Amino acid sequence: MAALTTRQRAGWTAANVVVILLALIPVLWLVSLSLKAPGAVTDPSFWPAQWTWGNFSGILTSAQFLRPLVNSIGIGLISTFVSVVLASMAAYAVARLSFPGKNALIGLALLIAMFPLIALVTPMFTIERSLGLFNTWFGLIVPYVAFGLPLGIYTLSAFFREIPWELEKAAKMDGATPFQAFTMVIAPLAAPGMVTTAILVFLACWNDFLLAISFTSTISSRTAPAAMQYFSGGSVFTTPTGPIAAAAVVITIPIIIFVLFFQRRIVAGLTSGAVKG
Amino acid sequence: MSTVTPDAGTTASPVPAANGRHRRAPLSEGAKADRRLAFWLVAPAVLVMIAVTGYPLVYAVILSLERYNLELPSQTKFIGFANYSAVLTSSYWWQALWVTLVITVFSVGITLVLGMLLAQVLHRTVFFRGGIRTISLIPYGIVTVAASYSWQFAWTPNEGYLSAAFNNGAPLTSQVQAIMVIILAEIWKTTPFMGLLLLAGLSLVPDDLLKAAKVDGATPWQRFLRITLPLMKPAILVALLFRTLDAFRIFDNIFILTAGNNGTASVSTLGYDNLFNALNLGIGSTIAILIFICVAVIATIFILGFGTAAPGSDNGTR
Repeated sequence: MAALTTRQRAGWTAANVVVILLALIPVLWLVSLSLKAPGAVTDPSFWPAQWTWGNFSGILTSAQFLRPLVNSIGIGLISTFVSVVLASMAAYAVARLSFPGKNALIGLALLIAMFPLIALVTPMFTIERSLGLFNTWFGLIVPYVAFGLPLGIYTLSAFFREIPWELEKAAKMDGATPFQAFTMVIAPLAAPGMVTTAILVFLACWNDFLLAISFTSTISSRTAPAAMQYFSGGSVFTTPTGPIAAAAVVITIPIIIFVLFFQRRIVAGLTSGAVKG
Repeated sequence: MSTVTPDAGTTASPVPAANGRHRRAPLSEGAKADRRLAFWLVAPAVLVMIAVTGYPLVYAVILSLERYNLELPSQTKFIGFANYSAVLTSSYWWQALWVTLVITVFSVGITLVLGMLLAQVLHRTVFFRGGIRTISLIPYGIVTVAASYSWQFAWTPNEGYLSAAFNNGAPLTSQVQAIMVIILAEIWKTTPFMGLLLLAGLSLVPDDLLKAAKVDGATPWQRFLRITLPLMKPAILVALLFRTLDAFRIFDNIFILTAGNNGTASVSTLGYDNLFNALNLGIGSTIAILIFICVAVIATIFILGFGTAAPGSDNGTR
């Protein structure tokens, strides 16, 4: 854009401030609630009058939150790893190889990206119970991988299309098999796209709630978002607002870190698959 | 931007005969190897996707034709379309469908307008560009349940800042107000995603064209309506398709904010309740199938009616 006048500059700055405030206020409110002393929750002021770490030390010493947090991390990492490996293989084929049924594969991925999760919950609940997968890590990993795949195939094939494929040809001329060309030449070039994809898939797993509450029944496999509603308050009649807010802040921290470090990659990943169309 | 790169897909094969469109022509050894490799690379992903969605979907069709209640397993039997007539004559289903449609239309519509504004702000921001993109990504990344709790506590009388700001109101206890809060929560969460998709479309609009129009005396509004909007149409349609289907599946926000009480149940929360509170697998599966049909109808309307090419397909419009 050409040089802005002072007035235009002030206008855009004001717009930026509005965007920042709107984005942050609900998050800051959670932070504030998590720092309020237990008795002060019934104080609607935005900032706590008295600050306390009590809510955090409470949930971080309680198995009711720690175990689900470990589940969330473990299930998320395993699902992400498997999704990204399988999706890279498929995306490589989509971007570089010519084979019948390519459009059918893309259609299938799109169909699954649009799949209403709830339609899966009832039959999957029954299937998981009969297979003994209900309330296990594996019972969540399988659907997470399946729903991470379309996202992964889309994002990765968009990234893979931009890799200079002459290098692969050169490797093949030098005697590399197609598989070697994949693992030794393309994979290192593809690493940035794979990191982006891994972040997006992990965020999706980390975010899931519906499958997590449907396919788990105890803290042995319940993930953090699903565990929060089972926190107990001071008495049966009080909502455990402080602990829930503290847990919400804890599960938000990894996201803020991802976004801070990988902002460019996340934006590139989110828009690569969708806008290419 | 990936948008301007030509597809490497069809050029990757060494011999033109290997192109999928000329399947009858004899394949060279290299092309055969390519196909074989493609098969093995694609097979695991396809297997997982079909096993997790296709098989349960077929199973759901079967369950939806049965009377099957987990509390009365001995009375399980085939009852044809009785579940469908039970659901389709139930006021709960139609109310949930109506609530879901209202939430979808309003949240997607408002998100589109706000996302467009956000895209403009992100596009024009010269300084602190990375910072503002980072902050605007937080609502996208935050766990929906965490954000829902923030809104729920904010609207709780005597506890929340928003309730305090609105005369200590309790909007989550009345149907219309609760739906408004749900829509607000959805808009907050999804505007960044919409904004980023639109921003990518916006960056495809040539600056020269806008400048030329400005020189010719077009007002900013005319420039937006006559140049920016038509050029962004593909990006807008893809963003709308994704957002609409996503909004129609709304579950997390309603589950935390109202648990579907006071007439705020969506089709997804209704399906969930039938499974886990009523333990009725037959009715739950019927609702699941009906939701699947609704989603298929919405997607078809978008793809046929608006000419949205399947994103990512090789023959997509550009």
